[in-house]
Amino acid sequence: MTGTVISIDRVVKSFGTFTALHEVSFDIADNEFFTLLGPSGCGKTTLLRCIAGFEPVSGGQIRLNGKDIAPLPPYKRPVNTVFQHYALFPHMTVLENVMFGLQRLGWSAMDAQGRARQALELVHLSEFLKRRPAQLSGGQQQRVALARALAPEPRVLLLDEPLSALDLKLRQAVRMELKQIQRETGIAFVFVTHDQEEALTMSDRIAVMSNGHVQQIGTPREIYETPANRFVADFIGETNLIEVPVLGISGGLAEVSLPGGRRVHCPTRLVDGKQGVLSVRPERIDLCPAAEADMIVTAGEQVYLGTDIQLKAHLAGGQEVTVRLQNAAATVLPERGTELGLKLETGAARLLAA
Amino acid sequence: MAAMAPGGASNSEIYKGNAGKLLLPTWLVIGFFLLIPVALMAIYSFLTKEFRGGVIWEFSLTAYDQFFLNRGLFGDEPPSIEWTYIGIFWRSIWQAGLATVLCLLIGFPTAWFIATRAPRDRTIWLLIVTVPYWVNLLIRTVSMKFLIRDEGPLNALLLSTGIIDAPLGLINTNLAVQLGLFYSYLPFMVLPVYAAVERYDFALSEAAADLYASRWTILRLVILPVVKPGIIAGCILVFVPSLGAFLAPDLLGGAKSFMIGSLIEEQFKGAAGNWPFGAAAAMILMTIVMIVLLVYARSQTREAKA
Amino acid sequence: MKQLDLRRFPGFFAITLACVFVLYAPLMVVAVYSFNESTSITRWGGFSLSWYADVFTGPESPKFQRAALNSLIIAVLAGSGATLIATSAAVAMHRAGRFKAKTASFALINLPLMVPEVVTAVASLIFFTAIGFSGGIGTILLAHLAFCIPFAYLPIAARMQSISDSYEQAAMDLYATPKEAFRLILLPLMMPGIFSGFLLAFIISLDDFLITNFVKGAGVETLPTAIFGAVKQGIKPNIMAISTLMLGVSVVFVTLSWLIGRSGQKTQ
Repeated sequence: MTGTVISIDRVVKSFGTFTALHEVSFDIADNEFFTLLGPSGCGKTTLLRCIAGFEPVSGGQIRLNGKDIAPLPPYKRPVNTVFQHYALFPHMTVLENVMFGLQRLGWSAMDAQGRARQALELVHLSEFLKRRPAQLSGGQQQRVALARALAPEPRVLLLDEPLSALDLKLRQAVRMELKQIQRETGIAFVFVTHDQEEALTMSDRIAVMSNGHVQQIGTPREIYETPANRFVADFIGETNLIEVPVLGISGGLAEVSLPGGRRVHCPTRLVDGKQGVLSVRPERIDLCPAAEADMIVTAGEQVYLGTDIQLKAHLAGGQEVTVRLQNAAATVLPERGTELGLKLETGAARLLAA
Repeated sequence: MAAMAPGGASNSEIYKGNAGKLLLPTWLVIGFFLLIPVALMAIYSFLTKEFRGGVIWEFSLTAYDQFFLNRGLFGDEPPSIEWTYIGIFWRSIWQAGLATVLCLLIGFPTAWFIATRAPRDRTIWLLIVTVPYWVNLLIRTVSMKFLIRDEGPLNALLLSTGIIDAPLGLINTNLAVQLGLFYSYLPFMVLPVYAAVERYDFALSEAAADLYASRWTILRLVILPVVKPGIIAGCILVFVPSLGAFLAPDLLGGAKSFMIGSLIEEQFKGAAGNWPFGAAAAMILMTIVMIVLLVYARSQTREAKA
Repeated sequence: MKQLDLRRFPGFFAITLACVFVLYAPLMVVAVYSFNESTSITRWGGFSLSWYADVFTGPESPKFQRAALNSLIIAVLAGSGATLIATSAAVAMHRAGRFKAKTASFALINLPLMVPEVVTAVASLIFFTAIGFSGGIGTILLAHLAFCIPFAYLPIAARMQSISDSYEQAAMDLYATPKEAFRLILLPLMMPGIFSGFLLAFIISLDDFLITNFVKGAGVETLPTAIFGAVKQGIKPNIMAISTLMLGVSVVFVTLSWLIGRSGQKTQ
């Protein structure tokens, strides 16, 4: 990875008494596919709009190659946006849409047209130059929006949930293509989404946000496997959160007492504490005979998911534990009400702050 | 005028801070040529009459006194209520009200019929009903006068076919005025009712029918209450301009159908006029209209809250 | 069992037809009689265009032509003035966020619709007399200008409501200055609304009799006041010819604005 292209430095954004961003800081590298992930209202779109220049920041700096661009209006920032609903100019043709930014930058019509055609080729849309946006399908409109934002070769491309308006099948196809275009062009992408699957499959790094704070930044694997806190663990994928007493912590490893009394060791970032939350992914719990079990549960509802079967079970205290079993021919499902032993796979549990 | 919230849903701020500059022309023009004139008119209603038309700048309550009180021919009798002008106002309200009812009776079924057509046909029907509105109001009123005169084509046709043996005598009656007002303002009734019916969810009718309601019971208990906002808006839009109308009563009505518009107009005609009195009558008319609009706006906000 | 169509009410279609008949019968009768050969307006004397010739060359033609020209000048100027003012107001109401006098401004824009026309007429007459403006095309124009603003505003504001500000943001994101974003994006998108607004204001100005009659002063006539004056002497066939011509103009205008409205929808 090369140098930093954009630095978000202690950015604060407040609307009246409401603070949407609390001193958010991170760097994005050149050539990086960076995702802002979080539930609606977490501040991710606000942050994107601050980078684009549609919202003035209340404090902090946004540095592009070391220069603070926070005071600049959007039209003076070498940053382009793919809007959520594309915002394609309805009164212009596809080609005119893509040429728009280049012409504002002072390109001649000839040069702008050449570049626009290249950009449209990149998104495989060369045959629709003379059409109006309304005559295109949703997927095609999304490509035009992408070409329009890429044509001026911005330093950073901002994408505001660009796939949310597409249907599922198309969304999955476009993901790979978007990632490929990012690699080909080498432009840093800042991608906003609330869809974790989208974030996990496309990103080099993900920043998980909630309530105006960045909760964790890391690769998809880091985010999923070593969540920094309860929010991240719960928001990314499915997990079981079990409150446990902590018996001791040393060197990143904690000893905890599972419900039922069994002691296990698990990785943690905590350094001390008496009480914690254990996060265990449902697919990393196996059924086993009661004698070898880490926890004993009572089997409950089963949900058939096709590739998997989800089994809801209850601890003695009533807390629910979800287990995901592969739908293999050999899988034998326990009947409702029977007692089951659960075994946590090695390293499956992770201790987080309560 | 009915249901357009200031601004609209999005609270876009691209021109934030420029509102003053952008609205300055509006404030200047409407302020100068409507707001100040109305204020001036209010002042004039408290001034003294100048006999050649116009006013003398001397405070006086004469105009309002003359409107409401009768002090005898020489002004020396004990005051009693003067019914002449109140009567004209009352008749105007009555005429405008009847015209509104006429518009509703014809306009509701028409709007309903149009709104239940296929979407393609609706535009055409709407166009058919609204095109006459775009024809000059004076021309329309004159045409109506021409048609219903005693020696006009309507009577000629009815006489020649032997349906009647004397002209209907429609012209110069209250009915003629109502017909004229109906003709002037019908689209104001049809359009809001149409908009309300178009939004009406026919599953409600089906649910009512499922619960044993007959067609007319559905109309009375389900449809009318649901589209009521559109009907009220339509009634206001017809009633308010009808109240101050001038052309229809002047051209189609006789001396007995003298309405507010004509009363006010007369006060500003040459030497016979009385400007403070005309201003006072206009003030009273405006007050009535403002009360109607205010009550309407109140009910709207109540409805919006509910 | 008979299928119950809940959208249908017996008699509604008949009422609609009666409604259309009442709306069109007077206009049709006048149009037909304008082609009447006979000078007596009650008897049909055969088809003739003589009253149309009379409108353009007859003894009264200079008066009506002058009045028509006045009407046209006033309607074009008041219509375009009101449209400019309303466009600027609509941008403020829809693109300037919240501001202090927003509700008051909205009420002000709509004030001419709420004040009865005869009141506006009286107030205008008093105002122009008080400041010493003698009646003429100027006073008619100024009164019409104020009166036409809400009519121009309605279609423009309705159009604005459907234009998302993300178009202008996208333009600015693509290096357009705010002026360019207005000129290249917002204005073209507003255009159908602006055009309907102009047509509406234009027709309203052309249509106005009452206000004009109050503020016009002696000797200055617009087409409605001239026709009104003539009708007071009795409805003559040349009036019917003029009426039919105006009917034709109105129909052309409505069709035009309808077609423009439709093409405006297509680009969305």
